[in-house]
Amino acid sequence: MKSKAAGLPLSYRLAVASRCLAALLGGYLLASMASVCIALLAPLSRVDATLIGLLLSFVFYLLAFIWCFACRSAWRAWLGVLLPSLLMAMASGIAYWMKTP
Amino acid sequence: MKEGFRQAMAWLHTWTGLIFGWLLFAIFLTGTLSYFKEEINHWSQPEVRRHALDPVNSLGLAQRYLEANAAHAGSWMIRLPNAREAALSVSWRDPEAGRRGFVSKSLDAQTGQPVEARDSRGGEFFYRFHFQLEMPYPFGRWLSTFCAFIMLVGLVTGIITHKKIFKEFFTFRPGKGQRSWLDGHNAIGVLVLPFHLMISYSSLVLFMYMVMPAGILASYSGNTGDYFNELFGRDDPPKAANVATPLVPLPTLYAKVQEQVPGARIGYIQLHNPGDSNAQVTFTQASADNIAYKRSAKWTFDGTNGALLSQGAPESGAMATAFSFAGLHMGNFAGPWLRWLYFVFGVAGTAVIGTGLVMWLGKRQLKHAKSEHMPSELRLVEVLNIASMSGLLLAVAGFFWANRLVPVALEGRADWEVNAFFLAWLLSLVHAVLRPGRRAWGEQLALGALAFALLPLVNGLTTGQGLDHSLQVGDWAMAGFDLTALAVGLFLAWAASKMLRAPKPVAKRASRAAKKPTADVVEVG
Repeated sequence: MKSKAAGLPLSYRLAVASRCLAALLGGYLLASMASVCIALLAPLSRVDATLIGLLLSFVFYLLAFIWCFACRSAWRAWLGVLLPSLLMAMASGIAYWMKTP
Repeated sequence: MKEGFRQAMAWLHTWTGLIFGWLLFAIFLTGTLSYFKEEINHWSQPEVRRHALDPVNSLGLAQRYLEANAAHAGSWMIRLPNAREAALSVSWRDPEAGRRGFVSKSLDAQTGQPVEARDSRGGEFFYRFHFQLEMPYPFGRWLSTFCAFIMLVGLVTGIITHKKIFKEFFTFRPGKGQRSWLDGHNAIGVLVLPFHLMISYSSLVLFMYMVMPAGILASYSGNTGDYFNELFGRDDPPKAANVATPLVPLPTLYAKVQEQVPGARIGYIQLHNPGDSNAQVTFTQASADNIAYKRSAKWTFDGTNGALLSQGAPESGAMATAFSFAGLHMGNFAGPWLRWLYFVFGVAGTAVIGTGLVMWLGKRQLKHAKSEHMPSELRLVEVLNIASMSGLLLAVAGFFWANRLVPVALEGRADWEVNAFFLAWLLSLVHAVLRPGRRAWGEQLALGALAFALLPLVNGLTTGQGLDHSLQVGDWAMAGFDLTALAVGLFLAWAASKMLRAPKPVAKRASRAAKKPTADVVEVG
């Protein structure tokens, strides 16, 4: 792929860079939000729910990473990580608000 | 990346593998060495004598030493000798020296006197490098944890790319250049796949509290300390009452633990406020006794009358899971055979990374086989491949040579061992830049062969504890180190002789590779 790379247009390179950022930062955000969501919503004791959230967060990171390079465009990559993050952030926000009087 | 799913995954596998491969190689190699941390310590400090284990006697010695030398300290820590570690270690916090005032001594397990061993970080150096990369806290830990995640990505994308995993596992075509490297990469990768998955996921578990703090912050409203207190079931240490009260003899407490769990080996003993009326003593079972870390395997006693105050709380299912991953990663529970298996698996992991890096370059070199000069980016990868693989082996050898040759009395000699490690690494980088690729490989591997094969000799000459001595007295840690160094030397000599021999005509290989029907495999790269 490298030898072909010299002829690749700038737009392709930017798209790859964008996907990398989506995977790295967007994926981390998604994983973090998943761990928060599980920690606050899982019907377990506080320490167990937090622990399970941490243990599973890397699965989300892994899936987000794969998604960002498997989907059809860089825009979809961002959408695929940001939309679930937003939904989980909202769910966590409600759970946090209900737990803290 | 417009192609199908497997092609996209092959792309991801190739490029994350390239960018993080060099660092992952170093992390895997030093991690593999860390499975023999205590044995390397023993080799690095041959002055520490091994005695038959006698925990009761050792505890008495430690108490006597600490009462004589650290009576004023607010807390003590005692580590008992075990099958792998000869020294009885005591440490305490010097109240006058502030937060950094941590004093540590190694005592002879029979006399209770401090051992005047050479100053060396020994196996501890490789262990720390494995997850801190000699970088300031916390960057090294972040980077190495991220590398572990990339390893996990590499494994999963590798599995997706090679979905015909079993068919390819039974395919090995030796002596066919690039194809043999790929077969080897696949076979080793699949053979030790469960280990690879376990080791990379568990390294994330070890540092997850650090790299994924959001969950803890959210459910503990920012008080991470509460999370750890709940997780490890620990309480804040008692405050000193400033009323002098003699400490109960520690061997009697040891006997009480043996009543609770007969045959339990004790890892370390922690004391708060020794010699005070609020003294507290906590015994923790050795991590060698259980696969998982166990918060329940600890007993806290009143230090003035020896009454059992509390025992560690049992673990929940989630905790047992997380603690098992941590225990599996560290392998403290492993006996000699299992420990060697860990070592072999670690070497296999290192080899998978190494073969991957070699393949990345080999595949691209084929395309430039006819031209005089390699493109500069390929040359850069070649130099980094050589320096990160054979160069690292030379660095490891340099550390061990420095351990034997730097004068024992030299001030800061432990730092000089570390300097020797990095100096050897740097010189091999310079050498790789100056010499053509294949020559550089061959010369560095040949030097590595000499450096490792001669280590047993240097050991024998400088300490008098060479193979003739260690085999006779049955010092298997010392003999095992020397024999392993010899085996590594022989292996490197074999590799060097392959590299230094005239290469097969590349053009012929290229044409053969071109003829091969490759439609059944997704080409990585």
